[in-house]
Amino acid sequence: MAKSNIAIELTDVDKHFGAVHANDKVSLSVKSGTIHGIVGENGAGKSTLMSILYGFYQSDSGQIKVFDKEFRATSSKQSIEAGIGMVHQHFMFVDNFTVLENVILGSEGGALISESLSKARIELTRLAKEYGLEVELDVPVESLSVGMQQRVEILKGLYKGAKVLILDEPTGVLTPQESDELFRIFEALKKQGVTIILITHKLREIMSITDYVSVMRAGKMVAHRQTSETNPEELAELMIGRKVLLNIVRTEAKSGDPLLIAHNLEIYNEQGIKRVSEVSFEARSGEILGIAGVTGNGQGTLLKALAGILPLSKGSIEILGETISPKRHLNPQELRNLGVAHVPEDRQKMGMIADFSASETALLGYQNDKEINQGVWLKRSSVKANCESIMEAFDVRPTNPDLKSSNFSGGNQQKLILAREFERDPEVLIIGQPTRGIDIGAIEFIRKRIIDMRDAGKAIILISVELEEIMSISDRIIVMCDGEITGTVDASDADEATLGMMMANALPSDKKITEAQL
Amino acid sequence: MTRDRRLSWINGLLLPLFNVLTAFLAMAIVFILINVNPIEATKVLIYGAFGYEEGIGYTLYYTTNFIFTGLAVAVAFHAGLFNIGGEGQAYIGGLGTALVALYIDPTLSAWLIIPLGIFGGLLFGAMWAIIPAYLQAYRGSHIVITTIMFNFLASALMVYLLVHVLREMGQMSPQSKDFPDSAWIPFVHEVFAGMGIKIAQSPLNLSIFIALIFSALVWFFLWHTRWGFAIRATGKSNDAAVYSGINPKKIIVVTMCISGALAGLVGINELMGVQHRLLLDFNYGYGFGGIAVALMGRNHPIGIIIAALLFGILYQGGMDLAFEMQNVSRHIIVVMQGLVILFCGGLEYLYRPLLIRFLAPIET
Amino acid sequence: MNDLLLNLILTLDAAFRVCVPLIFASMAGLFAERSGVVDIGLEGKLLMSAFIAASAASVFGSPWIGLLFAIFASCIFAMIHGLASITFKGNQIVSGVAINILASGLTMILTLAWFNSGGITPNLQGNERFLSITLPGVDIIDYIPILGVIYRELISGHNVLVYLAFATVPLVWWVVYRTRFGLRLRAVGENPKAVDTAGLSVEGLRFKALLIGGILCGIGGAYIAIAHNAQFTKEMTAGQGFIALAALIFGKWHPYRVLAACFLFGFLDALAVRLQGVVLPAIGEVPVQFIEAIPYLLTVILLAGFIGKAIPPKASAQPYIKEL
Repeated sequence: MAKSNIAIELTDVDKHFGAVHANDKVSLSVKSGTIHGIVGENGAGKSTLMSILYGFYQSDSGQIKVFDKEFRATSSKQSIEAGIGMVHQHFMFVDNFTVLENVILGSEGGALISESLSKARIELTRLAKEYGLEVELDVPVESLSVGMQQRVEILKGLYKGAKVLILDEPTGVLTPQESDELFRIFEALKKQGVTIILITHKLREIMSITDYVSVMRAGKMVAHRQTSETNPEELAELMIGRKVLLNIVRTEAKSGDPLLIAHNLEIYNEQGIKRVSEVSFEARSGEILGIAGVTGNGQGTLLKALAGILPLSKGSIEILGETISPKRHLNPQELRNLGVAHVPEDRQKMGMIADFSASETALLGYQNDKEINQGVWLKRSSVKANCESIMEAFDVRPTNPDLKSSNFSGGNQQKLILAREFERDPEVLIIGQPTRGIDIGAIEFIRKRIIDMRDAGKAIILISVELEEIMSISDRIIVMCDGEITGTVDASDADEATLGMMMANALPSDKKITEAQL
Repeated sequence: MTRDRRLSWINGLLLPLFNVLTAFLAMAIVFILINVNPIEATKVLIYGAFGYEEGIGYTLYYTTNFIFTGLAVAVAFHAGLFNIGGEGQAYIGGLGTALVALYIDPTLSAWLIIPLGIFGGLLFGAMWAIIPAYLQAYRGSHIVITTIMFNFLASALMVYLLVHVLREMGQMSPQSKDFPDSAWIPFVHEVFAGMGIKIAQSPLNLSIFIALIFSALVWFFLWHTRWGFAIRATGKSNDAAVYSGINPKKIIVVTMCISGALAGLVGINELMGVQHRLLLDFNYGYGFGGIAVALMGRNHPIGIIIAALLFGILYQGGMDLAFEMQNVSRHIIVVMQGLVILFCGGLEYLYRPLLIRFLAPIET
Repeated sequence: MNDLLLNLILTLDAAFRVCVPLIFASMAGLFAERSGVVDIGLEGKLLMSAFIAASAASVFGSPWIGLLFAIFASCIFAMIHGLASITFKGNQIVSGVAINILASGLTMILTLAWFNSGGITPNLQGNERFLSITLPGVDIIDYIPILGVIYRELISGHNVLVYLAFATVPLVWWVVYRTRFGLRLRAVGENPKAVDTAGLSVEGLRFKALLIGGILCGIGGAYIAIAHNAQFTKEMTAGQGFIALAALIFGKWHPYRVLAACFLFGFLDALAVRLQGVVLPAIGEVPVQFIEAIPYLLTVILLAGFIGKAIPPKASAQPYIKEL
């Protein structure tokens, strides 16, 4: 039989997770030696599909052929043997192992590891040079930057002999410049005959780097295109199923007095590592201040300090008439009483409790309220009524306060959390990653509500790793890198290239906006 | 019935039921291994537990202790803590009750002394829990290990006290002098006799009502107060608790104190209700039994009362079984406890995939 | 020779013997915890092994057969724990507690059923148990002052399981840090997802770790009943399984540091025993209950963190649930 040039062929692959039909008879054909993109919004089923290919999950039905051979994986072992490698969205490392130890794990090649380590060292040095993936081999992987860690993941796949490399949302943790560097590496791999499958929800990436693109929507594969023959608008429409307004129309901000002024903040995180130093800014009423930056540059720590979860080690925050300092710490309860609301970055871990009913999740942070407590008695009827009213206000479905929180979709969970925080009519809102992992309908709804709050004169601090989100709804933008502010711009003056440089702290010093100009 | 309701039934009722039945099946196997006919044994057990009036009295008397320790373990579980120190907390709590009974002015009314005795039990039980709690919250010391150590320490301390300090003068055995009459909780058979009804004599006393009152209090506290909400939130998610303005460290300490206090009430039943003096090992087995009861009762007061009753039946039936059958000692009850903890705790999800597949499948 | 020195040597000698079960149990715990499974059931496994060893040794007249049966029994319990913790993803601590309580009850029931007694097995005679081994050259070296006594009392004269315990530690170190299995073991305790995506079986590794632990507990329990003593008596493990866990934490899960912790406990325990009956100034005679309480007090004090925060393997106590 003539050897076709199809590297991966999926036919009618089907997968259920409980009631969720994650992959609905998906078919896909990936040509060898190409860069093939898979797009879709959050929850479309892209990661599940690729995890089946990588053996992490098993499909319920359907056939898979890898390089024309029938393929069935019960674990990643078979996928690795068939030449498939995967770089996951969240890296698969043993943090305190060295780079070398992480790479050989599972492919040690012998019962004693001393031999395996020396053999691996030689091979890795060769691979790194060949593809421009140089990285220090003997340091603990947790000490590397995220960009470097990603290189290690790619090297791991190549070391195990991957001919097909799957990358799941690789640029989420990179600056625009680092992303370009990554694409250069893709080109180098492609030249050597490696097939690359890129999962992403970023249309600009698809257009710039892929040869082919397949679109998934709600578990189904809806279209295949050759990249040169399509455009972002068509792809967006295929992804969502209707025409999409890619830009939100909004009025100019009418910013007023500063409601929150931060001076020279220095903050240590829970592990005792300094993550924020010398950060100063102010948030004004009627304005959305967006804080941009790649994950892990201190924004999360800053957010927690603003919400009263972490203490300040230096500096002060003036907020609504009170001053927070290292000597005077206000806890989340006290901040709420002042009129500060907090939508946490990690909604699953912090913003809600999966096993609690919606009413009880709607109570988090407000359990000491005078209206629902009568002496010692927490009136459940009041709790339920409160939940019903906020669910209505924010169109949370299903409108059942007794339903377990985990049974709501991601978008509805987030709407419930926003409803809880917004409906208290706070003066200052601190919001982290409001639309992460949410379907587009909910995204539009949430962004509009945030702008409504701004128009009502609230001061809003918005932290997001999605540059596109920051740029589309902020009025002013500050950029953080390595725990410091590396730039401040008005939203109307912001462009992706400059912001990207600020995110990597790569601007020449004369271009950096200093505190004096704030 | 919606799938969500079906899952509630499975998780809340069927799964625990299957688990308990499996534990019994395993018990039957153990009987066979020691040459005892499990059917015979079951008959003796059931008859011993409620086949005759005195037996019923004994069963309910044991149930009282299991309610106290079951509540203790359950409250701690709701905060995400595993309190294995019930044995020690019950022991020391009893010391608190006994000290009130022995040293308070005996001319005072029982209506004053008994509540003070309850207070003593609560206080001393809480005291025995606070150090492991503090160490877990503020030093990260594993509470399971420290509470077990405190069980051993309680034993050593009580032996010392009963041999050297509290022993009645001239007595050989390590026990205190008798409590004054005003520190006795009336027996149920006495109360009935006072009303002209004759029932068989047994250790069952009015502390069973104290147990039921505390069950209601715990229910109200956990689900109808903001502190109960804070405890349950902390148990489910430390992060969400912090986010909500709750201090998890304080919650750990407060919850363990409540837990220890509840366990400390065993002395109310055993000492003020039955023995009327302080003696060794009155707590034996109730602390660990509380773990089994809490697990079987899914940490809810109603479930705990039912599970405590079941354990009371097993205990009394088991005692009678040990009496009747040569091959069986009272330690058979310990084996039952272990099996219940294994199947209702460690292996609690054993049947879940099967039950879901057959009773609540996903419609495609 | 100097009275104090002699006392010291004898105390050290006793310490060596007392820390043996702690060494076996803590090494067992080390494998489990390093793989991400918490094993509170060490105590129950020790107790059951002690009982089975004593019973089998009595019935078959050989300590080796006793040892074999003890290992077998311990492994069965280990597999039950594995089933609950790994396969059915249950609460690992509850499972461990269940094993401890089961062991406690079963040993009592079985002594009644098998030996018609309330918690003891028949006394083992002569070489039905592990006896002390006199190392070669004792008589000659004895002529050397000080060293002779050390050789005779401290080094020679222990039973084979004592020597095995001390040999086990370097072996454990080598397995954990120098072999492929050890690398994978440490990985699965830190990040089981990384192990899964590398094509390895998380469950398989954890079961293997528990099995090794079962074997080690079997030896440890056998030691208590048929080497250190000559029969099984009720609850004879007296919390050593938990003290071993404390030693494991104190030694931060590194074999040699854990050995040092075990030895520290053993030494302090042996020292405390020597204080029995001794009259201290101002306090008078130390009550025997206090002496008995010392190991437990010590455990609490050491766990209270006078040693800095101990960080367990990251994936400890969490069942592995496959999700992205």
